[in-house]
Amino acid sequence: MGMGRRTGFWLPVVIIFFWGLAVLVLQDDTLREKVFTLFMFVGLASSLNLLLGYSGYISFGHIVFFGLGGYSGFYLISQHHWSIYPAMLAGGVLSATLAGLLGLAVLRLRGAYFALATIGINEAARALVGNFGPFGGATGLYVNFATYQQYGGAGKALWLTFILLWLTILIILTVSFMIKDSRFGLGLMAIREDEDAALVMGVGAARLKTLAYMFSAFFPGIIGTLYFFKNGNVEPGDAFQLQMSIEMLVMVMLGGQGTVLGPLLGAVTYQGLRGYLLTSPIFKNLHLAMAGLILLLIILFVPTGGIGWLRERLPRLRKVLE
Amino acid sequence: MQFLASLIDGLLLGFVYGLAAMGLTLIWGVMSVINLAHGAVMALGMFGTYLMFTYLGVNPYLALLGVAGLGLLLGFLMYTVAVHRIINAPHLSSLLATFAVNLIIVGVGTAVFTTSPHNVDFSMGSLSLGRIILPPTRLLAALAAVGFTAALYLFLCFTRPGKAIRAVANNRTAAELMGIPSAQVLALSFGLGTMLAMVAGGLIATFFPFTILSGGPYELKSFVICVLGGLGQPLGALVGGLILGGLEGLIPIFMPVSWVPVVEFGLFVLVLLIRPNGLLGAK
Repeated sequence: MGMGRRTGFWLPVVIIFFWGLAVLVLQDDTLREKVFTLFMFVGLASSLNLLLGYSGYISFGHIVFFGLGGYSGFYLISQHHWSIYPAMLAGGVLSATLAGLLGLAVLRLRGAYFALATIGINEAARALVGNFGPFGGATGLYVNFATYQQYGGAGKALWLTFILLWLTILIILTVSFMIKDSRFGLGLMAIREDEDAALVMGVGAARLKTLAYMFSAFFPGIIGTLYFFKNGNVEPGDAFQLQMSIEMLVMVMLGGQGTVLGPLLGAVTYQGLRGYLLTSPIFKNLHLAMAGLILLLIILFVPTGGIGWLRERLPRLRKVLE
Repeated sequence: MQFLASLIDGLLLGFVYGLAAMGLTLIWGVMSVINLAHGAVMALGMFGTYLMFTYLGVNPYLALLGVAGLGLLLGFLMYTVAVHRIINAPHLSSLLATFAVNLIIVGVGTAVFTTSPHNVDFSMGSLSLGRIILPPTRLLAALAAVGFTAALYLFLCFTRPGKAIRAVANNRTAAELMGIPSAQVLALSFGLGTMLAMVAGGLIATFFPFTILSGGPYELKSFVICVLGGLGQPLGALVGGLILGGLEGLIPIFMPVSWVPVVEFGLFVLVLLIRPNGLLGAK
């Protein structure tokens, strides 16, 4: 790892580290909630980027891993009285396992077929969870308020979830960079550029793609468990918001696919934009349409996203922006 | 008897599903683009029929012609604005571009029509064949779907633009060398694809209530059908539509209706794994 690349690694990590630290120092509840949502999107976008950005495979239903992982983690907390730490890991592992199984099945498919399958995954998962008894059916699950007592009351538990999320995001960013810097990442990028050529060069495409899919599903499972634990309830409509799958895509594309800093930049920019759109009287009802318009403009004119654009324009920054 | 009635009901619906899927498969076959705005376009077809029927008093079946014309124009527009620039880029770009169009249509549609259900209040009583009672709207929809399919085939086989489409689908570079203006042909194919989707939407609107979001589930069905019949094969789409429609008629006899999407998706993955080129596709 050269000196410049090291800067590229530290930049996103330092930003998130101090951002989270500032919230902890200020101890402001409203600020914490705001940053929680923001960090959640940074984490989700960065996870999706592991697949979309590095391997060029698109997953339209990535929120399924957030939903299913979150559902399972929450189920363990509310029905089996697990503590949050093993539950969130269980949520992640379950998501990754599911991705592994799905990946073995559908990642043999090339680009477009795979994309179709991921759209189906979203719909099927929603129907499955809505019908599946132990998960509470269409009404969902709740935690008993007393559950929060073991963490020192509901207020403390909220801060604890924030800290856990913060640490998770730092880990995601580190993993993003480590993958990009490794032989594994190189293989993924070879697949992205030309899968046939990669195969000829001896890249085990099916295995690498499945692994990337598992990584990109693991973290949303953890984030899902934390999110629903914070909310105290979970229901199918909340866990499988197709809209969030879409917003994750827009964030990754906006910031720059295949970069570590891109999803962070994209998530922060998109959240800011969305906050403006949702409160402005003209665009209030049109926020989804605006997301679509932004996405279309990026694909047609800046296909490499914000960070990619900067890297093309300012070659000197290439060492700093990973 | 119940079994037969459900089966016929499902098969009639299957013709309409097949028509919708044909729109998707045509675009794929000609330019290898999966139109993710397919569902949104179908929803526009539903609203097109609804608006013409409710505000202008046009017979819904007559309104279909208007809907078809609008669909063709919309397709030209979509191709020119969103697809043409990235037609040679990797799949990721065209998937995301059509998906963005989908978002724009659904977003604007939600603002204009809200997400509350609408329906075309057009009833033709009921038709009984022996002991089986059918709503005539379903029968007419199936007939219309067959009619449009036949028209598409005649167009593709016997007219000059139709032959150009087939040539471009076969080999775009070779077609260009023979002097076929590929940009126009691609735009025309995209137009025809969205036209079929809008007409299918218009037909569905005559017997099911709908919202601007209704296109989503039908889009998923179209994917399943295309995979069943083999992407890029119009006739396969019709067969796939009939299979899916038949299943959809029969599944509710054995299990709750809410399981239908799970079964459909299971079938989809299974076909992709066993015969990725479709049941009718080449090995």
